[in-house]
Amino acid sequence: MLQAETSPQARAVKTTPLHQLAHARAGDKGDRLNIALFAYRPEDYDLLVSELDEALVLALFQHRGASRVRRYLLPQLGGMNFVIDDVLQGGVNGALNLDGHGKTLSFLLLGVDITR
Amino acid sequence: MSFLLGSGAGFSGDRTDAAEAVVAELIRRGKPAALAFETLGERTLAAAHRAMREDPAQGFEPLIEEFLPPVLRDCVDHGITILGNFGAANPEGACALVKKLAEAAGRPDIAIAQVHGDDIRDRLRSLDLTPWEAERQALPDDSALISANVYLGAKALVEALSLEADIVVTGRVADPALFLAPLMHHFQWRWDDWDRLACGMMAGHLAECGAQVSGGYFADPGLKDVPSLATVGYPIIEVEENGRLLVTKPEGSGGLVTEQTVKEQLLYEVHDPANYLTPDVVVDLSNATVRQLGPDCVEVSGIRGKPAPARLKTTVCYDGGWQSEAEISYAGPNALERARLAARVLRERLAFRAPAELRTRFDIIGLASVFDSDDGELQRLAAPANPDGDYRLRLAAEHPERRWVARATQELLALYCAGPAGGGGVRRQFQRRVFTASYLVRRDDVHDYARLFDARSKNAQPQNAHDQRGASHAAG
Repeated sequence: MLQAETSPQARAVKTTPLHQLAHARAGDKGDRLNIALFAYRPEDYDLLVSELDEALVLALFQHRGASRVRRYLLPQLGGMNFVIDDVLQGGVNGALNLDGHGKTLSFLLLGVDITR
Repeated sequence: MSFLLGSGAGFSGDRTDAAEAVVAELIRRGKPAALAFETLGERTLAAAHRAMREDPAQGFEPLIEEFLPPVLRDCVDHGITILGNFGAANPEGACALVKKLAEAAGRPDIAIAQVHGDDIRDRLRSLDLTPWEAERQALPDDSALISANVYLGAKALVEALSLEADIVVTGRVADPALFLAPLMHHFQWRWDDWDRLACGMMAGHLAECGAQVSGGYFADPGLKDVPSLATVGYPIIEVEENGRLLVTKPEGSGGLVTEQTVKEQLLYEVHDPANYLTPDVVVDLSNATVRQLGPDCVEVSGIRGKPAPARLKTTVCYDGGWQSEAEISYAGPNALERARLAARVLRERLAFRAPAELRTRFDIIGLASVFDSDDGELQRLAAPANPDGDYRLRLAAEHPERRWVARATQELLALYCAGPAGGGGVRRQFQRRVFTASYLVRRDDVHDYARLFDARSKNAQPQNAHDQRGASHAAG
């Protein structure tokens, strides 16, 4: 668990698009979003675990008011689940965003670059 | 013998012809089976309450008349029970409609059961409530309160099945309970057999969003290709008495069932995978694995269960005033600067034409919209964009009074003649808003039960709901 005020900016420099390494799906409950992400290839899983930490995800969603990110690892599925609080700016019934569910946001995460 | 769970729909607004292939396959396989329609989310429950507020005869799933007729007769004739939360805010109204549809299908004799007890609006103030973990909102005033519905577990649905219902109509229940209930009824699992309950609940979890486990909501061309998405097969989960789960789909249908599709759905809307809370069991997915056994056949194993939580989640809907949205397009040379100018002009106008508490959001679709914040941070920081592209300025406004959101979007409309050059394609719409908040109620304060629906007499609540609930527990 990580609080917003402690998050560093963590963007990679020399890179592979995460979109090439992993697939993901987002789901919402209230003003909380989860993004489940899975490595395409088992050999990339450890790299994703080391690169995609809570700080990176919190920084990525900070512009939308994300207050906390928790990451749960599921190595037997080659996956990890990010739970992001207060990122939907009101949730499905309260947001003014076209996508109140935050369904598109899995691809905001997949848009980051991973240092090889 | 194993039991088959078919999905007919995964949300309100889902494909209305999807259930036909599923039912044909259930009949072909010839095993005991049930078909469930999951059409109720946080958004759709709010919409249903809003509809019933405006017309008491509404408030149930508006597409029932398209979902059921193609499969109702086949299901009843072949003993395939149908379960649906399409009752939404008005299960009794939905039962009456199902009765009419059954008559039209030539089976006026079917038994329809209604699940009661999710609606706790009238008792809300007297209950011991705690906020759901991610909830920040205080309970709204009575004047704003529209509804309060508990996420019921499978017990009352099992009671409905023990009444030999052909069709079970519910309001708010935990989505996977629609699928767990026929398993409990068929296998007679114990309500404290946590591992089996967890397997049954996850069978429902995998099936509840329809095609999302079988190739829907998955395709990413070049990386995740899906065959025949236009005719994607909705899932059929085969469940064995020991809790073994096989995810499959109808022969010859589009889509695909792979380890990837199943994994994405396994964690959909899950928070802590070791503690996935449902009304009937806490599910532990820490050691869950998926294994491809053959084409479009994936086994899920390693699911464990823990005792059910002491409290049940409740969604409260309350009046959220009004929202209005309007959009205008700019394309071609210098389009981005013209769209940006239009936004600046609107902001300047609204500063003196609308009250300060009007909540607004501006998007430039094509530059930054769904990823952006309400403050438009990404629009300002976006990487170099095509100045001559095809952009659409969107304004969304929210206020308790309709007149002020109308004023806001009317100002966008006025850009036609008074804004930058070459704006076109204005669309404008209004929505009453219903806000939602989530709380937890004590399980003992919830009195859920099932009754056969009889169109001639109103479904009177039993004199002692506690007795009824106790009976249903004993039956389970």
